[in-house]
Amino acid sequence: MVKKWIQKMKKHQFLFEELVKRDFKEKYKRTVLGMGWSILSPILQLLVMRLVFTYIFAKNKAFYTTYLFSGVIVFQFFKDATTHGMTALIGNASIISKINVPKYLLLLSKNVSTVINFLLTLVVFFIFAAFDGVTFTWQYFLLLYPIMCLVVINLGVGLILSACYVFFRDMKYLYEIFTMLLRYLTAIFYYVETYPPETQKLFLLNPIYCIIKYFRSIVIDNTVPSLGFHALIAGYTIVLFLIGARMYKRKNQKFVYYI
Amino acid sequence: MTVIDVRDVSIRYIVGDFKDIGIKEYILKKIKHQYSVKAFWANKDISFSLRQGDMLGIIGTNGAGKSTLLKAVSGILKPSKGKIRVKGTVAALLELTAGFDKDLTVKENTYLRGALLGYTREFMDSTYQDIISFAELEEFQDRPFKQLSSGMRSRLAFSIACLVNPDILILDEVLSVGDGAFKEKSFKRMQEILSNGVTGIIVTHSVSQVREMCNKVLWLDSGSQITFGNETEVICNAYEEFLKTKELPQNEEQIYEMSERYILRKEEEEKLKREKQLAKAMKLVKKHQADA
Repeated sequence: MVKKWIQKMKKHQFLFEELVKRDFKEKYKRTVLGMGWSILSPILQLLVMRLVFTYIFAKNKAFYTTYLFSGVIVFQFFKDATTHGMTALIGNASIISKINVPKYLLLLSKNVSTVINFLLTLVVFFIFAAFDGVTFTWQYFLLLYPIMCLVVINLGVGLILSACYVFFRDMKYLYEIFTMLLRYLTAIFYYVETYPPETQKLFLLNPIYCIIKYFRSIVIDNTVPSLGFHALIAGYTIVLFLIGARMYKRKNQKFVYYI
Repeated sequence: MTVIDVRDVSIRYIVGDFKDIGIKEYILKKIKHQYSVKAFWANKDISFSLRQGDMLGIIGTNGAGKSTLLKAVSGILKPSKGKIRVKGTVAALLELTAGFDKDLTVKENTYLRGALLGYTREFMDSTYQDIISFAELEEFQDRPFKQLSSGMRSRLAFSIACLVNPDILILDEVLSVGDGAFKEKSFKRMQEILSNGVTGIIVTHSVSQVREMCNKVLWLDSGSQITFGNETEVICNAYEEFLKTKELPQNEEQIYEMSERYILRKEEEEKLKREKQLAKAMKLVKKHQADA
């Protein structure tokens, strides 16, 4: 089984590399600022929010910039990866309908280029956090855990969305509305602690909020979340990915009929 | 040895407003029980098998389901019913220029296409120069793909797909690529591949090409299989008769009858032509005599 997988990976490695290269070039070739743009956009978003919201939500809070920024970049990563993932199949319709290629690679390559993008913004995030005066500890390495989980979540959600998008073309607009609503529900710029304890628990139903909470707990409070919280994130990751993989597997052969 | 075996293959497309309505209307229509789709059979119960070295020509008018069948054989489309077994590597040349990225350079596109076709990086590194020189695009290597003319694009696509030696070659109307000189070159390359014992399938509107290249013929009409066999001449004759009269044969016998009729008609046309020429010549002779 494992051997077969490795063989398969080797066989598709060249194709995968070429696809990633293409997606990356496509993203940056046409813009004047190139890669800088993808860093600039979250920074601008952050600065505006910082300016507007500080007096409403964070009169006596320390590290509000870091608090805000961690929410902004994680959510932006989720949104970018899933929206790009959604269009991965339709966007490559001319390839899928003419050449026999494993379709999930198209989605995977799109995800890789958003991951690279996210890592760049993460560097900027750490610079901002340093200015904000947070203390860097060894625990920062634990951030790899939520990042990896989020990558897998993005893949799962991308698989679900790309399958839906093949069949329903208005998915794009609905998903835009959905992410907008989700953004407000994710506690990016306000504090959950202002709600009653029961309501606070409801926030945990949102996987993206959990990831952000993990980030903030490490970066701002320097505390490692409980084992249960790790399990919760792992649970979300596994469930979302399995749903996506199942949908892809079931609909895989049908895509060509609808493209 | 049987290389391709197609058994009772049917391919069903769903037509109607399904794709356009989107999820909101879909749910509304489902609730109101107004939702219905129509099925469209692009292929109905197609069966044939090819042995190694066979060359199959698929003929039929527009919308007969030829390209859909090719997609199924090359593994792009899984048939709704029936089984397709294919042994060996397949090189499928369907609508060559689709799927190129117009912002990438010619070189980048060549590598991407090679990767999509399942070549390895080592293979691409070693054959890249050959591909470019075969396509005669040496000076365009670093230009963006969108600057190429459509002829150049098909030349590149053809070269990438054809510099391998596949076990099975599938061609959809691609023998008419590029200008005269390139056409000749590509035809030569095709025959080179075919002489290596490759099994091939071609779809073409040129019946004479089928007569020239194929030892088996499959005739499709609006998704149904009219006939499949190795009597290339007879089937091609009947098909050309059908193009003239628009009457489909109902059974094997009628195919022979149609072929006979075609031959008779051709002979008659020949005769008429000869008589006409004769009459013309006589007229000239008479005119000369009168002049003299």
